[in-house]
Amino acid sequence: MAEQKTSLDRRRFFGQGLWGACFAGIGTAAGFLLGKTKKPETLWQIDPSKCIACGNCATYCVLEHSAVKCVQAYAICGYCDFCPGYLEPGARLSTGAENELCPTGAIERNFIEDPYYEYNIIEDKCIACGKCVKACEAFGNGSLFLQVRHDRCVNCNECAIAAACPADAFVRVPVEHPYLLKGVKDHA
Amino acid sequence: MRQPAKESNRDDFGMQFCHPDLEPGSSFVGWALPTLSTLKFEMSNLKIFSRRKAKNENRKSPQIINHQLSMINLILCVLLLLSPSLYALERFPPPDFEGGYQMPQTQVPDARPAVWEYLDVAVLFAALLIGTWLVHKIRSRRWIVVLMLFSLAYFGFWRKGCVCSIGAIGNVAWSLGDPDYAVPIAAVIFFALPLIFTLFFGRIFCAAVCPLGAIQDLVVVHPIRIPMWLESALRLFAYAYLAAAVLFAVTSSVLLICRYDPFVPIFRLGGSFHIFILGGALLIIGLFIGRPYCRFICPYGVILRLLGRLSRKPVTITPDECIHCRLCEDACPFNAIEKPTTDWPEDQYTTDKRRLALLLLLVPVLIAGLAWAGARLGEPMSRAHRKVRLADRIYLENTGQVKDITDPSKAFRGTGQTAQELYTQANQIRSEFRIGGAVFGGFIGFVIAGTLVLLSIRWKRTDYIAHPGGCVACGRCFEFCPREHLRRGIIVNPAKDTNG
Repeated sequence: MAEQKTSLDRRRFFGQGLWGACFAGIGTAAGFLLGKTKKPETLWQIDPSKCIACGNCATYCVLEHSAVKCVQAYAICGYCDFCPGYLEPGARLSTGAENELCPTGAIERNFIEDPYYEYNIIEDKCIACGKCVKACEAFGNGSLFLQVRHDRCVNCNECAIAAACPADAFVRVPVEHPYLLKGVKDHA
Repeated sequence: MRQPAKESNRDDFGMQFCHPDLEPGSSFVGWALPTLSTLKFEMSNLKIFSRRKAKNENRKSPQIINHQLSMINLILCVLLLLSPSLYALERFPPPDFEGGYQMPQTQVPDARPAVWEYLDVAVLFAALLIGTWLVHKIRSRRWIVVLMLFSLAYFGFWRKGCVCSIGAIGNVAWSLGDPDYAVPIAAVIFFALPLIFTLFFGRIFCAAVCPLGAIQDLVVVHPIRIPMWLESALRLFAYAYLAAAVLFAVTSSVLLICRYDPFVPIFRLGGSFHIFILGGALLIIGLFIGRPYCRFICPYGVILRLLGRLSRKPVTITPDECIHCRLCEDACPFNAIEKPTTDWPEDQYTTDKRRLALLLLLVPVLIAGLAWAGARLGEPMSRAHRKVRLADRIYLENTGQVKDITDPSKAFRGTGQTAQELYTQANQIRSEFRIGGAVFGGFIGFVIAGTLVLLSIRWKRTDYIAHPGGCVACGRCFEFCPREHLRRGIIVNPAKDTNG
């Protein structure tokens, strides 16, 4: 009977020792990691200098409507009459819907003064297919580019678009500077 | 539509691309860009550009220009196609507006404020505290279900399943492997807090806080008991999944757990269709085999299981003492209730001991064997890292083994990095994977051997107990216990009645 008791005690000793080790281990690991979090928290963003406007942003986002949208950097826009991002390459002198490059008609064209036109993105319509971005990059000033809109993005741990991005353009940016805008000196 | 203000008589369409303010030929870029464009645009379209007010009439003759064009055409097209960095040029300088036009600012909507993250942590802590209280003090399945529904609504449908303890394994492992990675503070707390609670009170987190557990627990309709050997064998997958998730996260490749989280598409009502099917299948299986993800897949579950075995105050079926009534025997849909053991049959004693000795000898053999296999597996596994995949592709392209080029390789060539640099980086990652693969294999060997050893040991149990590692504290068994009925006053203890 006495032997039974010592064996139980030993078992309890080992159990409690293991428990203490686990507790200390978790505590140390958590403390160590919390020390590392002093770095600013991050959000997903697209680096426009790497983006190749492949169109993955439109389809890979876990949200029903992608959190990525096209944005317009007005400061570097040429205000072209024939905007390569707005009109089909084959378009004649008509801005009819059949000649618009955007599949959802998300680009709004406003006359400013002869011969300049302002182009605005209607974000609710934009699906982030990147067609206009590609065209503007190739034939215009590159003022149209894709950005993660943080009011829409749920900031997934494993961003599905980042995983599918062929150009490694999805980067984690600090919360203080959540956008990588073109034509803005602070960010560019 | 208005016709062009000034129809140009230019015939060299290259010129027409230039902004009127640019002196033609003065800028290299001014020439380079039209040449590229001519390849893609129809001539007729180009005329539209001439709407820009032309200022410079002193142009070179079309023939000279055409000659220059053809010369530069090829070189520049190649240059431009290969380097997207050159694209970021101002072909058309922003106009000087005369009509007092105010240029709009690009809108930059703010992200979810950081306060919400702390709210998540507070909700997690509160839910764990309430869960502990419900499981250990109130002992009410009904209230546990209420908390379950709350967690499912908050962590599942409201927070869309992101920031979760299971996925936090990935963040924690990633930050161990990548010193530059800023691990979110919420992820660390979500990882550590349920572990600490488990060390004290058992798997309260699984019971009512984890949205993945909750969604599965609510669909258990007709649970089938599966044999213990099958349960143990299937659980090995969860250990392997844990090891793989850590391996891929430490090497900064993939957050495996998050990418293949089966219920996130349900929480988000969107996302990958394949994962949605996986989640749906698990829920259908879950009608008959309780909580299949928790038991056989969940990598966090196996950590909680190990810590649960050590918990200070594990969940008990009975509020006070076990009266061996056997009523709870079939109460658990998760195979977590263990019967009292009978005496060790004399005739089996020697064979059992011999088997245990054999299995203990097998432990190092399994570890070494699987570590070797894991190291061999490291290289194929390294293809999970995008740099390794890219290096393989670039190698195939550079050696002429494939003709077409892919988007990633096109983008890579645009960065100006040399293939050799990429190969070096890829080899570095491959060697990390070989070491990681050995550890991965060794761990799996250890787990298999450990499972076999534990299965062959006869534990002494005098009462019906909820296995402290396997029990997810769902509270189903409470109501099966007559002592519980007595505690609640549903039945009256006749012995006590006569005494009182």
